[in-house]
Amino acid sequence: MITVHNLTKTYAGQTVLNIEHLEIPKGQSFGLVGNNGAGKTTLFSLLLDLIQPTSGHIINNGVQVDQSEAWKPFTSAFIDESFLIGYLTAEEYFYFIGELRGRNKGDVDGLLSQFDDFFHGEILGQKKYLRDLSKGNQKKVGIVASFIGNPEVVILDEPFANLDPTTQIRLKGIIKDLAAKEEVTVLVSSHDLIHVTEVCERIVVLNKGEIVKDLHTSTETMKELEAFFAG
Amino acid sequence: MLKYFIGLQWKSFFRSASFKTEIWFKILMALGALYFIAVFLGMGVGAYFIIEKMDIGDPLRVVNRFMVYYLAFDLVFRYMLQKMPVTNIKPLLYLPIDKTKVVNFSLGKTVISFFNLSHAFFFIPFSIVLLTQGYSPIQVIGWHLAFMALIYCNNFLNVMVNNKNSVFYVFVVLFLFAGASQYYQWFDITLYTQPIFDFFYDIPWTATIPWLVLVGLYYGAFTYFKKHMYLDGGLAKKQTEAKMENMEWLDRFGNLGTFLKNDIKLIKRNKRSRTAVLMGFFFIFYGLLFFTSAIEVYDGPFWKIFAGIFVTGGFMFSFGQYVPSWDSSYYPLMMSQNIKYREYLSSKWYLVIIATIISTILATFYLYFGWEAYAAVLVGGIYNIGINSYLVLWGGAYVKTPIELTSNKKAFGDKQAFNAKTLLLTLPKLVLPIIIYAVGHFLIGPVAGYIFVAVFGLLGFIFKERVFTMIEGIYKKEKYKTLLAYKQK
Repeated sequence: MITVHNLTKTYAGQTVLNIEHLEIPKGQSFGLVGNNGAGKTTLFSLLLDLIQPTSGHIINNGVQVDQSEAWKPFTSAFIDESFLIGYLTAEEYFYFIGELRGRNKGDVDGLLSQFDDFFHGEILGQKKYLRDLSKGNQKKVGIVASFIGNPEVVILDEPFANLDPTTQIRLKGIIKDLAAKEEVTVLVSSHDLIHVTEVCERIVVLNKGEIVKDLHTSTETMKELEAFFAG
Repeated sequence: MLKYFIGLQWKSFFRSASFKTEIWFKILMALGALYFIAVFLGMGVGAYFIIEKMDIGDPLRVVNRFMVYYLAFDLVFRYMLQKMPVTNIKPLLYLPIDKTKVVNFSLGKTVISFFNLSHAFFFIPFSIVLLTQGYSPIQVIGWHLAFMALIYCNNFLNVMVNNKNSVFYVFVVLFLFAGASQYYQWFDITLYTQPIFDFFYDIPWTATIPWLVLVGLYYGAFTYFKKHMYLDGGLAKKQTEAKMENMEWLDRFGNLGTFLKNDIKLIKRNKRSRTAVLMGFFFIFYGLLFFTSAIEVYDGPFWKIFAGIFVTGGFMFSFGQYVPSWDSSYYPLMMSQNIKYREYLSSKWYLVIIATIISTILATFYLYFGWEAYAAVLVGGIYNIGINSYLVLWGGAYVKTPIELTSNKKAFGDKQAFNAKTLLLTLPKLVLPIIIYAVGHFLIGPVAGYIFVAVFGLLGFIFKERVFTMIEGIYKKEKYKTLLAYKQK
């Protein structure tokens, strides 16, 4: 589904990302871990064509992302609050995304009804604009919005951060369900090794912009990761 | 301590993205600034002689008479545009810095703001002229110092009434009422205020009174700020109750409707965009200056075209000018969602076009000033739709200043928001139609001039697809730089 070729990103002579080759097959749940500055968000931003690669390129389902916009219909993401429109209510935001993705109100309502638990009564019908929601609730909105319109690639940057424990557990369930679908490729980054080993079948460790480990999740994965990060 | 504060300020200015433009733009900016300084100086120097020539009395007394409006207008202007000093206080709260110092610095910072210093360009030359004309030095100095204090009183008054819209609107209504009743000669407020201002000249030591008031106001602003310097107090963001709006009537326009819906909400729900639209609306009346022969220099035929462009293009200039920046806080979403650049741009284009058409219709009242006035408006509208709408979008590609939607304070008052590239693009928007008109006017006649401008506008309409492809290309090229700049808040 996604292929990375000789991808590098350099800022003022400093290489922050350097991936020679990375192949993410369709339907995989892909976890990205690494310390701060390892290049996780850089990689995701490159996938979404929000920054330009210094060299190399990314192919998403046959589309080179920095050349064509054709990846947009089947790719969705939530990176940070800049993916939210502050002056809309949660519903208006969901419908807006729905309309962009060719889904009418009924479709969106149907999807939202599956997330009642996750929203915990704090999102819908709140008479609040998104800019006035708490960080955690904003995140819930952004994550669920990225599921609208059956995207084939879902990219979530640090989805567990800022969420309360209950919501974290529910989110794990949601991502697992999503990953179980054959046709959906899920990319998740996290600082939390336990969460990411639980929801992802494959884990890639980035360190200073390079891939240092590429693991198929198993019972030993957690130990191996801990050993690596303990230094 | 002060050294650190000033250092922080310095860095926030010089490290902002919009400041890092090419050198020749900087030169142009400097020239522009010099020009405005010259204009103000000219006004300060010229005011005396103009009033003298008009022969309506002693220039100083005349100035004193209208000073109440000057000060009131200054207050309104400040309220709408001057940035409050609370920004950037938050990170200082946790640090071991005396709160008194933080407040003093924040308030002190407003003293050197453009809103205060710009008045010096009028008062200093005017006072100097007074001295050269034989007015008593001590009295002039007293008068001058009194007004300096009054300007600063406005400054701190504004700090204190900030965000109290009810107070503000009452004040504006009173101000407008006073102006109207003076015009219709029901009641003349200046009769009562002029003696106060005259006092400062006649009895110079009375100038200490505004200074005492100023000290009082500073103290008031200081205690107010210190009391409200808590995250849930003065530093808290205001919340408004949200209302859902579906606007289903726009659904029939497909994707275009989706964007238009969003833009309408953007305008309705954010302070900054509401102000822009309001300013655009006031432009409709700008033409009155030209068509009523209120100002002599504006009587030339070319100025009529100039007026036509402004009257119908108010929204275009105040809102359209900043097109992608309105979406700056969620630009990454717009760039990665299922949106084609072209659709995004054309929705903005339609918004500008619709607003221009509405302005043109609203401006029908210019017919009262004769067919030529309305022809200028109409032709200006056509040119705006056909040519300027593209130029505005084009210029938008270079606007790299993120807009903070919920705050009004950066509309003009912030140096960081100044963009010379858009300023430069204003030239073809305004000068080109005048040149086109001049060609027609001199070769054939005024009617031909109007027709020429209109034809030019219509030609632009025909080339829409071509032009859009070009603008789309520029936006794509600038995309990454824009995204980066918008990250800076």
